[in-house]
Amino acid sequence: MSEANVSKKRMFFLYRLWNTDGLAQRKTVTFGDPAAVQGGAIWGVVSVLVTALIWQFVSMAEIVSPLFWPSPEAVWTKFVVIATEGYKGFTLAEHLGISLYRVLAGFGLGCLFGIPVGLGMGLNKVIKGWMDPLIEFYRPVPPLAYVPLVIIWMGIGDSGKVLLLFLATFSIIVISARAGVASVAIEKIHAAYSLGASRWQILRHVILINALPEIFTGMRVAMGVCWGTLVAAEMVAATSGVGWMVLNASRYLNTDIVLMGVILMGVVGFTIDMCMRSLEKKLIPWKSKGRS
Amino acid sequence: MTYDGSDGQPVRALENINFSMSQEDIVTVLGPSGCGKSTLLNIIAGFLSPTAGHVLIDGREITGPGQDRGMVFQHGALFEWLTVGENISFGPRMAGVEAQKCAEKVEELLGLVGLNGFRDTPIYNLSGGMQQRVALARCLANNPDVILMDEPLGALDALTREKMQTLVLKLWQETRKMVFVITHSVEEAIFLGSRLVVMAPRPGHIVKEFQLPFAAAGRDANPREIKSSREFIAVREEVLEMIWSMEEQLSPAGV
Repeated sequence: MSEANVSKKRMFFLYRLWNTDGLAQRKTVTFGDPAAVQGGAIWGVVSVLVTALIWQFVSMAEIVSPLFWPSPEAVWTKFVVIATEGYKGFTLAEHLGISLYRVLAGFGLGCLFGIPVGLGMGLNKVIKGWMDPLIEFYRPVPPLAYVPLVIIWMGIGDSGKVLLLFLATFSIIVISARAGVASVAIEKIHAAYSLGASRWQILRHVILINALPEIFTGMRVAMGVCWGTLVAAEMVAATSGVGWMVLNASRYLNTDIVLMGVILMGVVGFTIDMCMRSLEKKLIPWKSKGRS
Repeated sequence: MTYDGSDGQPVRALENINFSMSQEDIVTVLGPSGCGKSTLLNIIAGFLSPTAGHVLIDGREITGPGQDRGMVFQHGALFEWLTVGENISFGPRMAGVEAQKCAEKVEELLGLVGLNGFRDTPIYNLSGGMQQRVALARCLANNPDVILMDEPLGALDALTREKMQTLVLKLWQETRKMVFVITHSVEEAIFLGSRLVVMAPRPGHIVKEFQLPFAAAGRDANPREIKSSREFIAVREEVLEMIWSMEEQLSPAGV
């Protein structure tokens, strides 16, 4: 490579430093342009830091009593103590584990039954007619409302909590699977018939796979709802679980534990969603690329 | 073919459609929207059953879709979760053909449609023209007797469209299959069709049929030359005249 070329490259590099975005910088109209809100992750970091700082500042200034507004250190200390010594007989890992087990069991069962029912509703008039009023009736009822019923029917064991989470998952998955079936382009079905595929092959190789993006979106929503319903589920006469821990601590005004539990649930929920997102990218790479 | 319209009144979509195709034919169908050309294609494909009359292939009556009639759609019919090769081998794989034979078939067809080296590319990474090449190859993989195309090149840009027209002619001449093409483009209809059927609406019927020489010559000659030749222009003007007078009858006020 010649000397002149190298210096040209350096010049270009300097230019790139100044003009980080090339063409985007040349746009004269950005308000309303969706591309203008791309990036900006740095502001997320800033917002978390500022929130933490305000938290710390308010505790130091003692504007609010530490009884209601525990400091970040107090929450961290409680986290370490409960992680090592446990809370009411279970370590933090055990509380978290049992909560995760309940969520995953309810969620898993919801998917296991929800996907076939949703596919059935999307494919068959009779199944749709049967299930539609039932699901539409129970779907808008908040899970908290049937907690008493679940206690009466299922007792105080784990099954009641799993049932609640199952119900929360089931309707969401059914609706998304049904929408997934409806989203198939009739050309794909016709093409598959013309290529000699049987009904069963069309269901397996075309309809089900075509519905996967919708089903996966439903699963992500359902997972969020499940995690959110966990506290309600653990109100059902539990003695363990993160949700129960928070409820129990609030009874004794252990605000630091409550706050710690809330943050923990937020972090775990966020992590699960990130995992599901990356799984989605791996399993359904065609989703974000638009339909051909 | 009659069906109930949205207002409950029966709609006569097709009437007195009577024609036959032989092995050597590539038939193009042209007509204003609403003339029933898609209905006709769906009847031949077996997705609609006619209220009266029947369609025969080799003397057998068509009652539903089948492997003997391959379909190429304008858009949206490829399986975007599969690679190019998996799309092409879909038909044979569903029929349980062994993997080795499928792979050979795929390689052969990739060469035929000019997609060498794209076997493992996902569909969503292909341009519109290349996607239609896959659609053509996928339909040929089943070795159908007839290829039915529903506006196969309608979604492509003008340049790609010209190239694909030549490819369609090449496939027609090399495979010697019957091809049935529905199109909106007068030029395309004349260029591709060894026979051109012009249809008129309300109810859909055939107004005129042309026997044309351009398809037979089109594969090796320069398509621009053919399309600007005096004979081609004469046919084009005649067909345009027919289509325009139909349009005027439909909406005399004009737009």
